[in-house]
Amino acid sequence: MAVDIKQIRAQFPALHQEVHGHPLIYFDNAATSQKPKMVVDAIAHYYNKENSNIHRGVHYLSQKATDKYELAREAIRRFINAPSTEEIIITRGTTEAINLVSSCLSKWLFQPGDEIIISAIEHHSNIVPWQMACEQSGAILKVIPVLDSGELDMNAYRNLLSDKTKFVTVNHISNALGTINPVEEITSLAHEKGALVLIDGAQATPHMSVDVQSLNADFYCFSAHKMYGPTGVGVLFGKKEILEKMPPYHGGGEMIKEVKFEGTTYNDLPFKFEAGTPNIVGGIGIEASIRFIEEIGIENIAQQEAELLAYATQRLKDIGGIRFIGEAKEKAGVISFIIDGVHPYDAGTILDKLGIAIRTGHHCAQPVMDRYSIPGTMRASFAVYNTKEEIDTFIEGVQKVKQLFT
Amino acid sequence: MTIQEIQEEIIDEFDMFDDWIQKYDYLIELSKDVPLIDESDRVDENLIKGCQSKVWLHAKKEGDSVRFMADSDAIITKGIVALLVRVLDGQKCQDIMDNELHFIDAIGLKEHLSMTRSNGLVSMIKQMKIYALVFQAQ
Repeated sequence: MAVDIKQIRAQFPALHQEVHGHPLIYFDNAATSQKPKMVVDAIAHYYNKENSNIHRGVHYLSQKATDKYELAREAIRRFINAPSTEEIIITRGTTEAINLVSSCLSKWLFQPGDEIIISAIEHHSNIVPWQMACEQSGAILKVIPVLDSGELDMNAYRNLLSDKTKFVTVNHISNALGTINPVEEITSLAHEKGALVLIDGAQATPHMSVDVQSLNADFYCFSAHKMYGPTGVGVLFGKKEILEKMPPYHGGGEMIKEVKFEGTTYNDLPFKFEAGTPNIVGGIGIEASIRFIEEIGIENIAQQEAELLAYATQRLKDIGGIRFIGEAKEKAGVISFIIDGVHPYDAGTILDKLGIAIRTGHHCAQPVMDRYSIPGTMRASFAVYNTKEEIDTFIEGVQKVKQLFT
Repeated sequence: MTIQEIQEEIIDEFDMFDDWIQKYDYLIELSKDVPLIDESDRVDENLIKGCQSKVWLHAKKEGDSVRFMADSDAIITKGIVALLVRVLDGQKCQDIMDNELHFIDAIGLKEHLSMTRSNGLVSMIKQMKIYALVFQAQ
């Protein structure tokens, strides 16, 4: 089924505006997507009609808000095919989810000399928490190198794995390069060594179907705001048997069963990891964003974006003088490139003047830029509402940039 | 010329342009005028690192004035760097500290000083004033 782009675009008020006198072309979706009206409406409706604190009140509104929040958890479970809602922890986003795991494992699992493997194409959010975990626990960080193509060096990965490996984490899709990593294989190789695995799915859930049971990773996390949902909320999936053993992250309300000054017993999953009043409206926003995705169908979204990616890549190639950063065979949603002799900052500035929003810079992945010896890239990233006509205008913009600076 | 006079001169120059593209063309031209920083001064101690672009700034004391040399790896940033150098190079320490740089806003390039740009320019202006302060105290 082809998607009805016109009908989809009509649901995004933010897309219908002019920037510097030009119709907005929004190609910065890997940073955050725009929000459909149904997500904004769900949030407004909650605050207008249903606002209440959850899990504690016996009154009508509290019950209603609790039901909605827990329905959201069920929607998330279904969306990633997790076995149970006990394994769905609602966080502030991917970054907090990773910090939760790294912090809890530092207290519980990692010993001096243990090894944690990450990849060379991680977002800073999946580097720094593990550096902190190493500082805290005495574990050692190892890095899977990346090939020129933007694909991970799987032979090097196999060689890094050893009996010392306690933990492996990679992103499902690289935000800087668009590479889709072979996460199933990475996970099963790690499991052979008895290591736990976390997959950073921030760039994956908006673009492809994710089934945490077939991936078999121990942890999987993502953010709502990159998949048409609100900012400030995300998800950590963790296997029940591991979450049960892990110590809590933050202390406070909600995460307790009984508090006495002599000691506290912790709540059951998933509440043990959700201290304080949660981001209730965020949960409701995620539920609406999942509904939006499911109504179109994630396979249809993936197909539409694959067409845009192929079309934009070909049109850029035709211009000439473009260096693509990341040309993995398996790629999604993102084109990272530089125009020969043009600094990304200059290019981004001119495109902005033409109403075209792309991202320039290091994309919070400085080691990736160092790997390719570049100051940064220009990154165009697509969502389901983007069109080939927008790509045509973008190509004209890139040609204008070339003309100005070369 | 005083700092104020040079700022007014720049504002007049930019007034001649009808649209943004002419303005940026002019910035690109200006970027060619920056006295390229000596290779020996293009070092990490002189580097002001932004997320997006880098700026190198070197300063030396000359009597009670400051001489500035600067560079950037991005051309638009470099054009603005050239303007900043034009306004503050050779000026007295006290004047550099006292004068507000209002011309960037007046010529419609304020967005390049916003937080999201992170191009090293805001830090560069701060650093220029710090040099003046330090040289004044010497």
